[in-house]
Amino acid sequence: METTSTSAQAPPPADPADGRSATATAPVKGKAVRPGDKVFRGLSRGSGITLLVIMAAIAAFLAYRASIAVSKNSVNFLTAFEWNPQGDPPAFGIGVLAFGTVVSSLIAMVIAVPVAVGIALFVSHYAPRRLAAPLAYVIDLLAAVPSIIYGLWGALFLVPYLDGLTRWLDQFLGWTTVFEMSNPGSPARSIFTVGILLAIMVLPIITNVSREVFLQAPKMYEEAALALGATRWETIRTSVLPFGRSGIISASMLGLGRALGETMAVATVLSPGFLFSWHILDPGSGTFAQNIAAKFNEADDFGRDALIASGLVLFVITLLVNGAARWIIARRKEYSGANA
Amino acid sequence: MAKRIDVSGLTAFYGSHRAIDDISMSVEPRSVTAFIGPSGCGKSTFLRTLNRMHEVTPGGRVEGKVMLDDEDLYGAQVDPVSVRRTIGMVFQRPNPFPTMSIYDNVAAGLRLNGQKRKRDLDETVERSLKGANLWNEVKDRLNKPGSGLSGGQQQRLCIARAIAVQPQVLLMDEPCSALDPISTLAIEDLISELKSRFTIVIVTHNMQQAARVSDRTAFFNLAAVGEPGRLIEIDETERIFSNPSVQATEDYISGRFG
Ligand SMILES: Nc1ncnc2c1ncn2[C@@H]1O[C@H](COP(=O)(O)OP(=O)(O)O)[C@@H](O)[C@H]1O
Ligand SMILES: [Mg+2]
Repeated sequence: METTSTSAQAPPPADPADGRSATATAPVKGKAVRPGDKVFRGLSRGSGITLLVIMAAIAAFLAYRASIAVSKNSVNFLTAFEWNPQGDPPAFGIGVLAFGTVVSSLIAMVIAVPVAVGIALFVSHYAPRRLAAPLAYVIDLLAAVPSIIYGLWGALFLVPYLDGLTRWLDQFLGWTTVFEMSNPGSPARSIFTVGILLAIMVLPIITNVSREVFLQAPKMYEEAALALGATRWETIRTSVLPFGRSGIISASMLGLGRALGETMAVATVLSPGFLFSWHILDPGSGTFAQNIAAKFNEADDFGRDALIASGLVLFVITLLVNGAARWIIARRKEYSGANA
Repeated sequence: MAKRIDVSGLTAFYGSHRAIDDISMSVEPRSVTAFIGPSGCGKSTFLRTLNRMHEVTPGGRVEGKVMLDDEDLYGAQVDPVSVRRTIGMVFQRPNPFPTMSIYDNVAAGLRLNGQKRKRDLDETVERSLKGANLWNEVKDRLNKPGSGLSGGQQQRLCIARAIAVQPQVLLMDEPCSALDPISTLAIEDLISELKSRFTIVIVTHNMQQAARVSDRTAFFNLAAVGEPGRLIEIDETERIFSNPSVQATEDYISGRFG
């Protein structure tokens, strides 16, 4: 707090809370700053600036390394379907990686968001309390499972288990091209399987955040709806979901962030490849994070710079996704629960 | 429209806590009945048993009988949702849906009832807003959010929302306690107008308000904190305020309440 001092005309009275320095500066500046505030402001400002400087330094370093690699690239970095930085001339592009990353994350979101919102609503508004608490606890636990465990489970259980489903999709939906398998019977180490695994992995976090948001929807509006003769579902639709909207979007963004950047689980399940194809059931594709993890150790300095360049693209995609989410949330501010 | 309510032997619990005990009374149609009594004596709880809102609270449970004309509201076949469509409620804090426009707020109950035709909706929204003495203030901004109105306007919007579905009974739980004196007067005037069409029950902390708006007044009390609330007496408002038959009522009304 700052006190613009009207007491400047009179000698400042001994104010025990003000301390020595304040009494000394007050008559000169006409302003009294408590030392505690000063220290706190200095600390918070300092750490904020430090953080920004560190981030800027990291970004500059990565951008510099990436630019070295990209400037010597002989093909279009954004559209090429190969990864050959050690070649002469070097040729590498992120086409397959971008496709694999975006498609697997999209599959994950399409599956995970509705299921997570459903579970969250069940836990917050339908389940009897005796059931809700243990359920919430189990979901919390799932969020804490390390991703390599999901990866192993995916490779050992999900991949063989999905064989039947992929064959079925190929047989009945093959005509859509997307679900066509070039080689029916090949193991399901595909972008599709990765998408399903990612859906399972991001489910807990989306569920948890949504549940919190639903529980925080003000009870007074639920009562208003109930008193009008709304059924439970109508109550949820009129006075829980509208409040949860921005929360669901934020939760989904958290999940999407995790899906886009997931490394170990994807690397364990996916069989890598650089041939571009629309057939999401075919093995042989890649994602940014998986590709970096797989290649980083064997790569020479130039190869690592190329990988850094691909990492920067992932970063930009994440930024774009976040920006889009913020825009969606901001668009209907006037009607949001925030100004209730 | 406007039915009478007959309550007999009504007891309500929160879990194992008995909040009100053995209440019996009648509420006359087309009249205003006021509930008065000290805080915590169960006025809100009792009010909420009348439209089956009490059971929405976790652990909420009711014993006894509530008759709306000749229909038992707690009968085995009765759907609480349809009870709440017949008996409207206005709350202490104005609670128009903040994510909806003024128009949509008033239309909300109608839409729940499956009414979709724009012309019918327009008509009912206008009639309800006029009925709540709010039409002139909002007719130019029906598509603006209801949360942009003043507190008193929001409360009248809630009343419009409640009467739009043509309920038999209108329950109000301290509808003016969050409002300034001018808005309070506006709501009191409105209550006097509405009673020609609805059965109205109003909980109020304000004794003058009970005296001004109600035809009959019920006084509730509790023996001690933690004890269940009981109905002490219910009578013509004039009698309650001039010559009550129970000493405790007189003590409470004259402010000699201990
Ligand atoms: N949600 C609740 N859970 C448990 N007890 C409650 C709840 N609401 C009210 N009570 C209890 O019920 C009694 C009556 O409360 P209430 O009906 O709110 O009284 P009033 O409206 O007359 O002030 C009080 O003892 C109160 O503690
Ligand atoms: Mg109350």
